[in-house]
Amino acid sequence: MIRVLLPASLKVLANISGEIDVEPEGGPTIASVVDALEARFPPLRGTILQHGSRRRRPMVRFYACNIDLSHADPESALPDAVIDGSEPLLIIGAIAGG
Amino acid sequence: MSAVRVLAGTRKGAFILEADGKRDRWKIEGPFFAGWEIYHVNGSPADPQRLYASQSSGWFGQIIQRSDDGGRTWRTMNNEFTYDGTPGTHQWFDGSERPWEFKRVWHIEPSPLSPDILYAGIEDAALFRSDDGGEHWHELAALRNHSTGSTWHPGAGGMCLHTILIDPNESRRMYVAISAAGAFRTEDGGATWRPINRGLHSEYIPDPNAEVGHCVHRLAMHPAKPEVLFMQKHWDVMRSDDRGDHWYEISGNLPTDFGFAIDVHAHDPETIYVVPIKSDREHFPLDGALRVYRSKTGGNEWEAMTKGLPQENCYVNVLRDAMAIDRLDSCGIYFGTTGGQIYASSDSGESWKAIARDLPPVLSVEVQTLE
Repeated sequence: MIRVLLPASLKVLANISGEIDVEPEGGPTIASVVDALEARFPPLRGTILQHGSRRRRPMVRFYACNIDLSHADPESALPDAVIDGSEPLLIIGAIAGG
Repeated sequence: MSAVRVLAGTRKGAFILEADGKRDRWKIEGPFFAGWEIYHVNGSPADPQRLYASQSSGWFGQIIQRSDDGGRTWRTMNNEFTYDGTPGTHQWFDGSERPWEFKRVWHIEPSPLSPDILYAGIEDAALFRSDDGGEHWHELAALRNHSTGSTWHPGAGGMCLHTILIDPNESRRMYVAISAAGAFRTEDGGATWRPINRGLHSEYIPDPNAEVGHCVHRLAMHPAKPEVLFMQKHWDVMRSDDRGDHWYEISGNLPTDFGFAIDVHAHDPETIYVVPIKSDREHFPLDGALRVYRSKTGGNEWEAMTKGLPQENCYVNVLRDAMAIDRLDSCGIYFGTTGGQIYASSDSGESWKAIARDLPPVLSVEVQTLE
């Protein structure tokens, strides 16, 4: 079970409150976690990884265990602390206000 | 008792304003989809309770929302807009080649035939259709694959397909407009397209009389006279009497013929409305006075409609999709501003009042006349 924190805009969109848990198919990676999120919450389809290319949206970032995973291979394994549930995967909107 | 429903898309959500046929007291609901940009909300002519909204965000992309109960509840629909085949390239501002890339839906046009048939005009410019109420989308790719497609380039707002008009007598005949490629017409439901820009003259492009490349801001049509089209171009207000085959200028005595919005009176196909904007560099009304101009002669002879509109220190813009009309006996005209006001006239433009004053910047206004 992977713990995930979503940005407020996506929580409202998918009618989610607080932290959520998802069970990705196969090995837990960013891509498989997003797949599991989209399967459970269809309004999230395409909002984190783009349709087709499955590339990260430019203004979405991934963090876990104080590590920036935004530029990591989305198919690479998540940190052990995320996999064992002691730390959440943070999906956040890039800071772009002012 | 008839009623009117105004659908407003803004930079930070959608709003629905409702009034009875007197149009003197308005109830405002919203924001729906708060915090998201709502480029357009539109209702089905075949089923007024069916609404569609284009919701987007620079962070999280495009969402399509649908309501089956007049906006009380909504559900997300398919948001996958995939170009047909290998998209190829179009021109960038500097003439370099850029791959076609989906950015957002600018305009949703439900078909008069069925609430489940709708069209979406997108950036980068293409036309999509859904036959199942937004469950699936497919591109009408002959438009983008037109022989001129690789030469299209964006306007300042992006390379957007922003206008979709359906001939009420022949639904296979449609018109679209793209900034900054121009206007196009299909006679066969989108299987083939031809540019319809003859007569447009744009000094700011390399060939001012080019077949494509004109920055068309908006088209309008009256259902009783669908062969007549009106256009607000970047500069110039234009008219065609032959379905776009030829255009001629009808700017006449307008104080400036730059602008974005244009619409036609509900009951008189020769009465049209524009909101002149000072220039392409200064997107606000001339002299700080917000004036709707009306022509009762199908163009050329214009009169300023000012009663109830701010006549000093007004520096808002009125965007291309932000003007609409109702179809009550005394025709209502509505427009939204980048200052967050929605102005309404229930007497064909003679007088105006703000029915909403402090919304986020208004991107689009549509009006439903309800029985």
